[in-house]
Amino acid sequence: MSTLGVTGASLVKDLRMEWRSKDAINSMLFFSLLVVVIFSFAFNPTAEESRRIAGGLIWVAFLFAAVVALNQTWARELRNQVLDAYRVSPAPPNALFLAKTVGNFLFVVVLEILMAPLFVVFYELRSVGPVWQLLVVALLGTWALVVNGTFFAGLSIRTRNREIMLPLLLFPITIPALLAMVDATTSVLTGEASPDFWIKLLAVYDIVFTALCLLLFESVLNAE
Amino acid sequence: MIGIAPSSPPVIVLENLVKFFGRFAAIRGISASFAGGRLYVILGDNGAGKSTLLRIVAGLMEPSQGSFTLLGAKTVHEVAHRVGYMGHAPLLYDELSGMENLRYFAGLYGLHDDVVGRHAMQMVGLDPELTRRVGQYSQGMRQRLSLARAVLHNPELMLLDEPFSNVDVRSARDMAAILGRVRDQGKTIFVVTHQAALMEGVADELVHMAEGQIVSRAEVVRDAAANAALRTAR
Repeated sequence: MSTLGVTGASLVKDLRMEWRSKDAINSMLFFSLLVVVIFSFAFNPTAEESRRIAGGLIWVAFLFAAVVALNQTWARELRNQVLDAYRVSPAPPNALFLAKTVGNFLFVVVLEILMAPLFVVFYELRSVGPVWQLLVVALLGTWALVVNGTFFAGLSIRTRNREIMLPLLLFPITIPALLAMVDATTSVLTGEASPDFWIKLLAVYDIVFTALCLLLFESVLNAE
Repeated sequence: MIGIAPSSPPVIVLENLVKFFGRFAAIRGISASFAGGRLYVILGDNGAGKSTLLRIVAGLMEPSQGSFTLLGAKTVHEVAHRVGYMGHAPLLYDELSGMENLRYFAGLYGLHDDVVGRHAMQMVGLDPELTRRVGQYSQGMRQRLSLARAVLHNPELMLLDEPFSNVDVRSARDMAAILGRVRDQGKTIFVVTHQAALMEGVADELVHMAEGQIVSRAEVVRDAAANAALRTAR
């Protein structure tokens, strides 16, 4: 029962269930699509304005969309109380957390890949800075969203209003990461400043919060 | 301490176990020991504390006071691979087939051979080749698969909470017979049920609970007279 083995098995199981139900990806996609279209009509920005606001817009859209997926992830474990079957097994608690986090990371990355062309078209986006930096920001930023999101979604699964509890817990703690994601993205898109500081901040944020979540998840899983 | 002269070392020893939900005491100072290799039927009205006791022993709840040992260990985690638990709910993924469920749960116990899942499904009378998702199973099939999940890793101790709920009489009798055969292999089984009559000819001991306490324990001699007592027991 190695952590890696159980993580892999849980991840495959989650991906298979998502492939069959498409609950998370469909709701995330629909939500993001609405944000892109509505904001595009509401502001009708020029290419220059778009570069300045796109960082915020993109990440807020992905943050809200991710919350939808995060709630779905744990809802599956609550149906038929399947989580109890995991809790009584000798499998390491962190393996479940890692599998859920990696699963959510993949779902959000897929969403980002599907949504990126739409953002480019609707907001006439052209990156002045190097595009590879955008990829680094996207990967680090997505991990920051899902690692905390998966943890807090797990924390709030036994609460009555978990759909409301998750944003209440997640958003305040995500502010430093969100700030870094938005500023780094804007820096790359406009080419006016170096995103290095924000990328480093994101990397540190990811390491610190991943470690904290791994340390605390066993208590969350076994909480009554 | 309530106990019957054990024929083998105790698998569970409860010491002054108490469980509060807010101000309500669901378990009120239970001390008891249970010998191995027997099939115990736990009976009692709704709210008697049967399921709560089982969940504490399974490690799903912490007792408010008191302690217990399970298969000689102080914490459930140490012996988790030797314990099987079947809950009120099926504890299965609706979106997966029976074998996919069992394959996943077997992996949690470090078992990666499909033979384990196939054997468990065949044991409870289900076809391992069934590709239908569990969400499309009948209630009886779900309960059978849930039992297969609980016995999948060949545990020494099985804790079964209402295994016959919503199951037709024939399927329930089949499941009871399976439990009897498993007990005959030397396993210890605890069954919480309201349908005591189903355990006729199978149970070794009746444990009656009321208001969070064990109020009586009765050895069952598996003959016709004792089975009559089971039929009248709740």
